[in-house]
Amino acid sequence: MKLAGFLLLVAGWAIVVSALALLPSAGARTAFALAGMAVELLGLALAVRSHLVLEAEGE
Amino acid sequence: MTLFVAPSPPLSEVSALLCFLLILLVPLAGVGLALINCGLGRARSAAHAMLAALCVTAVAAIVYVIVGFAWQGAAGRPEHVLIVGGKAWGWIAAEPFFLRGLRLDLSPAALVVLLQLFSVGLAGLIPLSSGADRWRLGATCASTALLAGCTYPLFAHWAWGGGWLAQLGANCGLGRGFLDGGGSGAIQVTGGLTALSITWILGPRRGKFSAEGLPAALPGHSAVLVLVGCLFAWIGWIGLNSGGAILFLSVEPARVVLIAVNTTLCAAASGLTTVVVTRVRFGRPDASLSANGWVAGLVASSAAAAFMKPAAAIIVGGVAGIVVPLVADLLEFQLAIDDPGGAISVHAVGGLWGLLAVALLTDAGAPGKSGGQWLAQLVGMATLLGFVLPLSYGLNWLLDRVYPQRVQREGELQGMDLYELGAGAYPEFDIHGDEFLPR
Repeated sequence: MKLAGFLLLVAGWAIVVSALALLPSAGARTAFALAGMAVELLGLALAVRSHLVLEAEGE
Repeated sequence: MTLFVAPSPPLSEVSALLCFLLILLVPLAGVGLALINCGLGRARSAAHAMLAALCVTAVAAIVYVIVGFAWQGAAGRPEHVLIVGGKAWGWIAAEPFFLRGLRLDLSPAALVVLLQLFSVGLAGLIPLSSGADRWRLGATCASTALLAGCTYPLFAHWAWGGGWLAQLGANCGLGRGFLDGGGSGAIQVTGGLTALSITWILGPRRGKFSAEGLPAALPGHSAVLVLVGCLFAWIGWIGLNSGGAILFLSVEPARVVLIAVNTTLCAAASGLTTVVVTRVRFGRPDASLSANGWVAGLVASSAAAAFMKPAAAIIVGGVAGIVVPLVADLLEFQLAIDDPGGAISVHAVGGLWGLLAVALLTDAGAPGKSGGQWLAQLVGMATLLGFVLPLSYGLNWLLDRVYPQRVQREGELQGMDLYELGAGAYPEFDIHGDEFLPR
């Protein structure tokens, strides 16, 4: 789950950067950049969750 | 491919001299953070905290000179670029190691080296507060070397060295490109996200969380050190924000007055707001959280201080002062993250807010392109979360496999001073017996 969280973080960033490089219109860029940020936040939530689970198991 | 671009125009003699004097204030920000870290930790680890601060500053400076500047570079200096869509995007500088060939005079590149020598140490001090009372001295130095030699220079090149984030304005028409004059992102968020990585890797202090997951209060040992540290940090931040704005945003020297006013107002508003928030929540103002609020205001001011009106600076600080105690509570009570010095809420969250504030509350974007500036700031924030955090976590995770970063159990029970240094910070003080009881 931790690895998936970090992969989602990187994937979200890749969406943002790709949108800038590949999309010509400002509207599409903004939409994809926001979508990329949403994917990053999902990845962050997953990473946080995985550490909570790991600490609970440790105790 | 490597691109050699024309050198940037030299600063006027007055600007260069003023910039040099302002940069000399920056180490005071490091003094402030070191005192805050020490005060928020426990008495039995106080000497360790201060020695670690000194070692971090030293390692960061040496590693930055060896490899850091070679990868960060400065605007107008050679860099490696990728050609995408017919446009050149700088991704890493192409300078020689050990500053070879660079004249260390009052040229912009030399002043960048000097400022970065201090600010990379500042970034290295941030994770120290998260790892307080359990982070080995050797691991601290090794982790700082990774930060100063890899994570920091890469992002700093993108934001300050003429890299792709700085080029967003020219290449994509996004305002003036990613703006971060004093380092809300490059210094504070990078340090704050490294602090998050360190807390995850080290785990919480022994006795911090009960079996049911409820946090115990482990208060810092000296509110005096913490509050004096805030005052040192204030002076250092004025130098950092002003010097950074002259070097990285090319503002005219007269603007340093506005920057100093905005920096002060941000810190003041943030500190006072946290005093009020903690007074309302707990019935009395909380000294350590209020100190964190003050520093969060400084952190949030860094990106936007050169462009804000004073009223906007008060708003930026006020929001930071509300957010910081709430995030600190969220991290401790809901997410079981043990961050003794509050580095994640103060530096990572405060810094991200500062970057966003550039687009929301300033006139920094080119005329008629304020929406583009908003997107440029968003891309910078996405890069910090999506690139810097995984890189920092990955590097520190690998380091932990090779050289375990957390101290042995006996070290935590005994205190870092006695265990790693063989002597305490306050040898003539009574030591309470319950400090040695296993939790």
